[in-house]
Amino acid sequence: MSIAYQIVVCGSIVPDPLQTLEPVTGPTGPALKNEMMLPAVLDPWAGHALFEAAHLAKSAPGSKVWLASLGPKAKLQQVMMTVAQKVPFELVALDGPAGGFTEAADVAAALADAINAIPGLDKSRLLVFGGWESASRGAGATMQIIGERLGIHDQFQGVDKLTIAADGSLEVLERIEGGIHQVSKCAAPPAVLGWATGNLPEPPNNPQVGMMNMRVVMPALQRAKPAKVAAEGVKFASVTLPKQQRDTRIVKDAPAEEIAKEIVEWISKS
Amino acid sequence: METILVLAHTETDGSLAKPALEAIGAAKQLGGAFVVGLVGENVQAAANSIASCGAVKFLGATGADFKQPRYATDAAAAEAVCKAAGAAIVIAPATSRWNRVLAGVAHRLGGRADTHVTAVTAANGAVAVNRWYYRQRMEAVLQRTQRPWVIALESGCCEAWKGSAGSAAVEAVAVTLSDACKRTTVTGIHAPAADQQTIRPDAAMLLVAGAGWTKTQPDGKAHIAEAEKHILDFLRLTKASLGSSKSLVDLSGEGQAVLPFMTHLHQIGQTGSTPRHPKGLSTCCHGEEPHTVGWRFVNERRAIDLDPNCGWARGKADVLYIADAFQVMAKVNELLAAKK
Repeated sequence: MSIAYQIVVCGSIVPDPLQTLEPVTGPTGPALKNEMMLPAVLDPWAGHALFEAAHLAKSAPGSKVWLASLGPKAKLQQVMMTVAQKVPFELVALDGPAGGFTEAADVAAALADAINAIPGLDKSRLLVFGGWESASRGAGATMQIIGERLGIHDQFQGVDKLTIAADGSLEVLERIEGGIHQVSKCAAPPAVLGWATGNLPEPPNNPQVGMMNMRVVMPALQRAKPAKVAAEGVKFASVTLPKQQRDTRIVKDAPAEEIAKEIVEWISKS
Repeated sequence: METILVLAHTETDGSLAKPALEAIGAAKQLGGAFVVGLVGENVQAAANSIASCGAVKFLGATGADFKQPRYATDAAAAEAVCKAAGAAIVIAPATSRWNRVLAGVAHRLGGRADTHVTAVTAANGAVAVNRWYYRQRMEAVLQRTQRPWVIALESGCCEAWKGSAGSAAVEAVAVTLSDACKRTTVTGIHAPAADQQTIRPDAAMLLVAGAGWTKTQPDGKAHIAEAEKHILDFLRLTKASLGSSKSLVDLSGEGQAVLPFMTHLHQIGQTGSTPRHPKGLSTCCHGEEPHTVGWRFVNERRAIDLDPNCGWARGKADVLYIADAFQVMAKVNELLAAKK
């Protein structure tokens, strides 16, 4: 039984992980220093979700992938130049802040509205993908609220594998405590899947896919509606960098035996 | 102080796990009266085990439908218990089961959820929580006006409640479940054999292996089998938990020689986990920021690396040994084996 899925991947942009981040207090609350200047990337877990979505769409003829993304338009455009070369998708863009100090509930509301507005949306074929957390807020809350707003109560978080059975049911592997997976069987879509790393490597850049995607990415960015995303009701008493700079002792030119002895002594100390 | 609910679920054997006891510890520390709400197939034994915790009331949503961790039924049960308790603040352990549903439950209740909370405090009756942003790069202390406020408390951050068992009167909470709530069935668990499980969240020691273990050595060859032996011997001798850098687990996707026991589940850092262990030893890993953010909650840190300018040298580790990890770990394992 082959279903043509409608897969909506929710994912936004985060600062490149190699950048140094410093909090500052802005007019609306905490923010990152030079936030608009920091190079951005697609959130890593959202990226995994997107690659898994494209993989599933390829194996289920007639399926289509949308990427619903909320972020400052200019930054989204920058990131899409790279992401669009990876896999085929149609962008649903929302213009608003993508920082970590905004509310997951606000982001979820904006994304759920955007998903509901996709023309021809058929919930019996709908799979909502996203990262199980983000590299900004890292709350792991947005996907659940999107699911609730869309009326989808089959939800999975920390997903590493999705297999479609012959009867169209979904077998899902979710991460649970202690490095193991819980296996669940969901009768059929709709479902929400918050992906962990999945199993797929990052696809290589494909300029042809890039050109095809960019034809719809640019109009989508121009059409992007402003989204009201803030942190109402939240009072940040402080946002600080950890004071954990250690005074590193560097042991050089010591024989392996001596180092091993020191390490074993350290391990043995309770 | 506002009404507090400690919301916990039972384990498969009907007991309460340590994170649930830590949530009770956190609620007691706030100083006000609190209610305990339990979800599970049968919660009486769990309630009895915490009968003397000081809760003013015990609520329970029970039945076979709540045996398996499943979004639809767990969310319905948690929602019903929260409504029955009428709590303004809900403290729940951040287990995978609760993390799956709490944000959705808060939405249903018209409240908000804060997850991955590492501390809950109260000053002059106002509750505040600590949580990290940007993958453990900055810590915020925040308060909220929205209620109910659902707080998912990370494991290992609060003292677990300890006390004697007794007999608790559990008030049953009715939960209405439609057939739509049962479209998903938990069919099992995928886990390595017990003697091959290398992720041990409660271990005193974390060993992190980096991509250097698979690189060409001075003799011009990679020594994967030797690396595997050193790492697994160390884990066997110390009962340590194994972590990995992203670059090492990514190698399998790139068709390079890999350590067969290493998966994405081992990954620590920006896109991996942030485990809590008293000590951590890093080997063959450069210790750059995206990786070391995953070490935020590892107290004592040592590293072995050939590069004196690696990230560990820049204040990330207590001790950095500039040495060949193959040689050092072979000697470490010899000494550990001799001590047995």
